[in-house]
Amino acid sequence: MTVTHSSAGSVRGRPRGTSRQSRAGVAFVAGYVLLLIAFGVLPTCYAIYFAFTNAGGAFTGISNFVTTAQDFRFVDSLGHVALYLVFWLLSLVVFVVVLALLLHRLSSGPVSQALRFLYYIPGALAGAASVLVWLFMLDPTVSPVSSLLETLGFHTFGEVIAPGNLALLFTIIAFWTGAGGWIVVMYGALNNIPRDVMEAARIDGANGWQTAWRVQIPMLRKWIVYMVILAFAGGAQLFVEPQLLSLASTGVAGRDYSLNQLTYDFAFQMNNINGAAAVSVELLVVSVSVAGVFVARSGFFDAD
Amino acid sequence: MSVYKPSVRQETGTSRRRAALLAGCAATVLLTVTACGGGGGTSGTTKDGFAQAAQNDGALTVWVDATRMDAAKQYQASHPDVKMNIVSYDGDANGSNYLQTKVQLFNRTGKGWPDVVFSSQNNEASWAVDAGFAAPLNKGLIPAATLSGFAKGSNDVCTVDGTLYCLRNDLSQAVLWYNAPLLKKFGYTVPTTWEEYQALGEKVAKEHPGYLVGDAGDTFTPEIYLWASKCGANHITGPKAVSVNTTSEACTKMATLLDVLIKNRSMSISGVFSTDFAKNEADKVLLMPGPAWYGGAVFKDGLKTPAKQIAVAPIPQWQGDTSPSTGNVGGGTWLLSKHSSHLKAATDFLKWVTTDNAYQGEKAPGFPAYAPAAENWLKAQAASGYYASDLTALKDASSQVWSDWGSGQFSQEAIWAATVKPGITQGKTIESLLPAWQDSIVKYAQADGYKVSK
Repeated sequence: MTVTHSSAGSVRGRPRGTSRQSRAGVAFVAGYVLLLIAFGVLPTCYAIYFAFTNAGGAFTGISNFVTTAQDFRFVDSLGHVALYLVFWLLSLVVFVVVLALLLHRLSSGPVSQALRFLYYIPGALAGAASVLVWLFMLDPTVSPVSSLLETLGFHTFGEVIAPGNLALLFTIIAFWTGAGGWIVVMYGALNNIPRDVMEAARIDGANGWQTAWRVQIPMLRKWIVYMVILAFAGGAQLFVEPQLLSLASTGVAGRDYSLNQLTYDFAFQMNNINGAAAVSVELLVVSVSVAGVFVARSGFFDAD
Repeated sequence: MSVYKPSVRQETGTSRRRAALLAGCAATVLLTVTACGGGGGTSGTTKDGFAQAAQNDGALTVWVDATRMDAAKQYQASHPDVKMNIVSYDGDANGSNYLQTKVQLFNRTGKGWPDVVFSSQNNEASWAVDAGFAAPLNKGLIPAATLSGFAKGSNDVCTVDGTLYCLRNDLSQAVLWYNAPLLKKFGYTVPTTWEEYQALGEKVAKEHPGYLVGDAGDTFTPEIYLWASKCGANHITGPKAVSVNTTSEACTKMATLLDVLIKNRSMSISGVFSTDFAKNEADKVLLMPGPAWYGGAVFKDGLKTPAKQIAVAPIPQWQGDTSPSTGNVGGGTWLLSKHSSHLKAATDFLKWVTTDNAYQGEKAPGFPAYAPAAENWLKAQAASGYYASDLTALKDASSQVWSDWGSGQFSQEAIWAATVKPGITQGKTIESLLPAWQDSIVKYAQADGYKVSK
């Protein structure tokens, strides 16, 4: 009885505090949820509606998906994006983790602070602006590293942006723009590894490499998965880099290099909004599926 | 009890979620209906060949590129009583589709269209008619007497199924530009045939390496050289039909000529607007086939060639031809919106900007499409003292544009840039790239709904 009573009392007592807290919680997230619905969920529903209808609004089944997949540019764009994703994700996982570990080993001296600042700076440039910076970097005529480009055998902008180089170039641009922020995030995650664990590793005689490989990297796993999920979704939507490079090279880089550019072409060049929506929905499904696989296999939401 | 209560809460939660889902779906449907209903907003009288919007005396919205900003400002200065809203936008060529993108969006929202718009692309009418944006001009808006003043064939790019949907701003007939004092110093004469032109290029490569007889690095290279050779790569045979043949002799002989000159480096592959051309080759231009606007935009403003050096000759012709045939590189167009609620003011501006001597005859940077203004423009250019020869060749070339190369919805510049230019950069010959070029044109044309024949 006593137990039941006290538990009943605690049940009675808890809702008041919980409801006050939950009201505050709701107030905090309400703005975000509203914006998410207005600019995330509703447009997504709208795109799905478009993907399965024609210009007149009639249901067309999967015909938009079939039409766009049969477009002569679709497979090429898919291949370009896939290649870019391989380069981009590999470089991100390898270099970000390695740089974060090195940064962490430097402890918290002024060098570490300066490096963290330096890593973060490129992320402060908006996407389009950072691509414009690279347009100058890649043109041997005006580039501050023109001698390096010349050494590599590039004498003109046209040679640098040859179709075979594009996936690598976009990876370099994206890495320079986005990796710094992730290095800082990983650095924060490394700082969160309990000191006892690190000490235990040291006492057990683990050297720097063993500590990194057997202790730090496994404990960073969830952060790495988080980074890969977001980088995959972002990378699959590759658009700004090829679009600006295409404009700067007056078309040499191709206006339909990536799937998102193809979507843009469907919508605004060929007046096929429904086809564009179909490709967008495909991108959404792929990104969500990949995220699902990563989350499920990594135990991302498991409590420690 | 304690088990039951949460289930009530759960049910409430479920019904709330259901309500939210329903509200979301209702909002989606509402948005869809609003968006779908927004498209056909024009209502009013049918006059001048189209259903006109209700007219009012609000500000006239004019979209121009940076170069045409002067024209709009000059009109405003001479017509202070007209309320104008002048908007500068990217009216650039090379496949930029800003205007098309915006019009598609305006069509969805049902408002926002400019009243008059300038575009430096010749193929705007090909989509603007489909998109219900361009108003017919020869059904009452612009008098036939005005239209008859335009150079013969100049408004062909604006004509769809016999109806005129835009007015040409300037012609871009290609001619042979050359550096007269340099040519004289080297002891060469201006070539009149493509065979002589190639021979001169080979001579220059041997005797004056580094000097150039042309450039094949721009996206409009096919329009300067292959069009002039009557290569049937882009023969628009109907509103949605095109004939493409890039491997005929007309194409291969010009491709071979370009390959020879590119190989011996007397022809640049940088592109006249590239940074490396301006830096390394600006003072190396001996000859340069190119459109009418090269005189001002490339030599005077871009390469800063001093006055009294640049002269104009007719574009060469193949031996055995009776007269030169030339290509056409751009030349802007003006479109008037079907949705305009200030048609009187818009029409007046359109007429002024395309035909008035105050702008076209005196200030316009390109060769005016309106013939009487072109006469004045030539006099003004001659009086400017910049050119080392008279400009008769420009006038002659205006009627020598080969008519079997059209302005389709797909961008020839973009196709050449993506298909052929990377190959040239890698050292492949243009001749070897002709089949790939054909394949690409056919695919892009078909993707845009064209029926393709070969």
